[in-house]
Amino acid sequence: MMRLHLRNAVNVAATIACGATVLIAMAPLASVLWLVVSRGAAGLSLDFFTHLPTPVGEPGGGVGNAIAGTAYLVGLACLFGLPVGIGAGVYLAERGDGRLGHAIRFTAEVLSGVPSIVIGIVAYGLLVVPMRRFSALAGGIALAILMVPMLARTTEELVRLVPRSLREASLALGVHEWKTSLSVVLRTALGGIVTAVLLAISRAAGETAPLLFTALNNQYWNAKPDQPTASLTVQIYNYAISPYEDWHQKAWTAALVLLLLVGSLNLAARLFTRGRLRDAR
Amino acid sequence: MRLERTADVTGPVGRAPVAPAGPLLPANRGDRLFAVGLTIFAGIVLLIAGLIVLMLLRVAHPLSASTSIAKFITGTDWDPVQLSFGALPFIYGTVVTSIVAIVLAVPVSVGLAVFLVEIAPARVQPIVSFLIETLAAIPSVVYGLWGLFVLVPLLRSPVEPFLRQVFGFLPLFRGPAIGVGYLAAGLILAIMILPTIASVTIEVLKTVPPPLREGAYGLGATRWEAIRMAVLPYARNGIVGAVLLGLGRALGETMAVTMVIGNSHEIHASLFAPGYSLPAIIANEFAEATGPLYVGALAGLALVLFGITIVLNAVARLLVHGVGSRASA
Amino acid sequence: MKKILAILAALAAVPALAQSPVLINGAGATFPYPLYSKWFAEFNKLHPDIRFNYQAIGSGGGIQQVTNKTVDFGATDAPMKEEQLAAAPGTVHIPTVLGAVVVTYNAPVQELRLTPEVLSAIFLGKITKWNDPALAAANPGVKLPDMEIVSVHRSDGSGTSAIFTNYLSKVSPEFEKEVGSGTSVKWPGGLGGKGNDGVTGLVKQTPGAIGYVELAYANQNKLPVALLKNREGHFVKPTTETTSNAAAGVQMPEDFRVSITNAAGKDSYPIAGFTYLLVPSDIQDQVKGKALVEFLWWAVHDGQAFAAPLDYAPLPKSVVEKVAARINTLKVQGKPVALGTHR
Repeated sequence: MMRLHLRNAVNVAATIACGATVLIAMAPLASVLWLVVSRGAAGLSLDFFTHLPTPVGEPGGGVGNAIAGTAYLVGLACLFGLPVGIGAGVYLAERGDGRLGHAIRFTAEVLSGVPSIVIGIVAYGLLVVPMRRFSALAGGIALAILMVPMLARTTEELVRLVPRSLREASLALGVHEWKTSLSVVLRTALGGIVTAVLLAISRAAGETAPLLFTALNNQYWNAKPDQPTASLTVQIYNYAISPYEDWHQKAWTAALVLLLLVGSLNLAARLFTRGRLRDAR
Repeated sequence: MRLERTADVTGPVGRAPVAPAGPLLPANRGDRLFAVGLTIFAGIVLLIAGLIVLMLLRVAHPLSASTSIAKFITGTDWDPVQLSFGALPFIYGTVVTSIVAIVLAVPVSVGLAVFLVEIAPARVQPIVSFLIETLAAIPSVVYGLWGLFVLVPLLRSPVEPFLRQVFGFLPLFRGPAIGVGYLAAGLILAIMILPTIASVTIEVLKTVPPPLREGAYGLGATRWEAIRMAVLPYARNGIVGAVLLGLGRALGETMAVTMVIGNSHEIHASLFAPGYSLPAIIANEFAEATGPLYVGALAGLALVLFGITIVLNAVARLLVHGVGSRASA
Repeated sequence: MKKILAILAALAAVPALAQSPVLINGAGATFPYPLYSKWFAEFNKLHPDIRFNYQAIGSGGGIQQVTNKTVDFGATDAPMKEEQLAAAPGTVHIPTVLGAVVVTYNAPVQELRLTPEVLSAIFLGKITKWNDPALAAANPGVKLPDMEIVSVHRSDGSGTSAIFTNYLSKVSPEFEKEVGSGTSVKWPGGLGGKGNDGVTGLVKQTPGAIGYVELAYANQNKLPVALLKNREGHFVKPTTETTSNAAAGVQMPEDFRVSITNAAGKDSYPIAGFTYLLVPSDIQDQVKGKALVEFLWWAVHDGQAFAAPLDYAPLPKSVVEKVAARINTLKVQGKPVALGTHR
């Protein structure tokens, strides 16, 4: 009986400990969120979303071009980064137990530790200098390089966790291997992969350093891939390091806008995939 | 239909090769194209790493003329005017802050994930996950500002004096409490990598098959015992992957760290002291660095960071395999 | 799938539809960024078809981009050195405004007075307390607190550091030997803040701190600033006037690459510096070149009026004349530019 009481006590203690971690984790995150919202909300307005930036001291102005720019850059990053990241992840899961697989897995882990500024500098040397211009393309590729290691590793782990029985059942029904991988295995892991993609997008949308040396910035709207492009993070950086109070206010509001955008994307993706997913459970 | 070897069926739980180890040349064109496509994408990962390393080596080349690798890594003098460069203070700061971050973030993230997936009602998890993922998008600059406005004053008093009172016998907790320093940076890193580790761990835990849990309950386990003995081992590799991703982020984080670490070139034992980290100094000095030796030294720092990442990842993998081979025996 | 293709096709068509006015890209120093953004906006009001795009990535970054020809113009606080000019031949330095580096502090002292000797000793770590006798001697009759001095410097490379260390090296041979001057130096101790805002933040938060920032930061944040003893022996308060005075008292070389710290003149603030725009002496692009030269002309004449309200010091008249003459020598595709109509 004593052993049972002890085990129950441990159970309760562990439950409380886990519950406590929720509070410990949420407290600073809530504090950061509160700081951004409380300081940024004052500057929110329709103009802020749609207008171009104004010089210091002039009222009005907004970050419309930066919002469009961030969307453009992240879109480009996804174009390059998602196939490579998810593809590499599937490779590692399906064929990754040989020497090449180990090498690629290790490389992906090490790459996830490269500071974003180093990636920016490398992208600068590889793309900006030969092209003789700062461009949205260079920025998108820099962000893609940032996204790939994380996507690859997470996708691999999630695909590996798909039960073998599902794959075997599909193969037993005569479905080709590649179709099994795509339609059965990947689809089952899709919920998790969507999370990984959203995490990667969040990270890419929040980066500053790689963009400073690749996409530079732009005071105006831009849709061309070979021109500098504005982004919310670089704009926040410019406003935050300035000495002026009204620009500091704009920095906080722009940070809030960034959070709102990423949150909406997240929400939209969740709602969109809800109907199409079969849970692994 | 291909025959599968028996060895494939009895691999360790969760880590069995999902493709049979039989003849590797797929039987039809679709399979071949798929295999080639995947290999190309995987190869691109190697290409990226190769390009980065090559580029850094090329830029760092002038450094090899003026100093040896050993002197660079152990040197403590960073003087851009006299062109004398040593990386030790930054290595020390990077390692210390990353360790602090991991030690703090991993139990909290895993506990959080376990609570959300195993203990809390099912409806709570998506909401909290959504919050955590969105918080992953907060720009580094904003974390840095929060650190300056909220965390640093909090550390200056009451936290650091309290730690000094209680744990002051350890050299880690001595010295004046300025607020900025290794502890501030470690804390901010912990908060920044928490969403990454927690989100991935949550997804991993969600894939644990119910029969595993049910089996444990059937044997009379309490909920915690079921988690400990059935769920966590199954998810172990996924969780390790999540932690390594978090470690990667901690090692490479720039902006937030440089705003709260104090940016001092000296090495101190105390966590309260100001310090420096490899990404922070690269970010601080790159834009203004001129001259091939100075820029080369910064590229050298990036290579050193690469080296540290490789070492820490290898150590982590060894530790995990060491534990794993005992557990599954 | 079809929908995605349709959207992509529509996006590809957008650039073709847009009517693009000329966009001129520049990058460089952080210090003048707010003023330049004001200038570009004002200039764009006068010439709606000319757009300037400038990003602050640091003076070194500006020089790098000009050397790599990734931008149409650059900007730097510290003038290019010989080796840098050799890598980017034909680059012209055009001074635009002046900035001052002020010493700010966090201590209960109304108007701190500092001499060059005391200032260099503080940043060398030789004077460690606020009530040190040397400090007391410079501030007769003032009650100095018994606090530790925490010196704050820039952790990132910057033109501000370059000007500050340039001054300290001029007035203190010991500082020159032990630390030297440059955008990044090895400071003997003290805290490092990232950017002017980082130093401002650290000074504000740390009792007993003393650091150096650009004039605009001190004014905008209402920080206490120290009066510095200049070469003539006067204690001068840093303002836009005293900063402009520093430039007036200096012999300007042909290419404007000069340091104006420790300048002559009764009312000259001793820690001041020009900030420059870097342009090629012969600009290849016809449209961009004409626009750039017209902008430069406007900036050193009409643009100067916008400087003081934003806490930048305008160029003194003597310097404007010389700069205007230099602008007249700039060429576009080998031919001089006719500036008659746009003033």
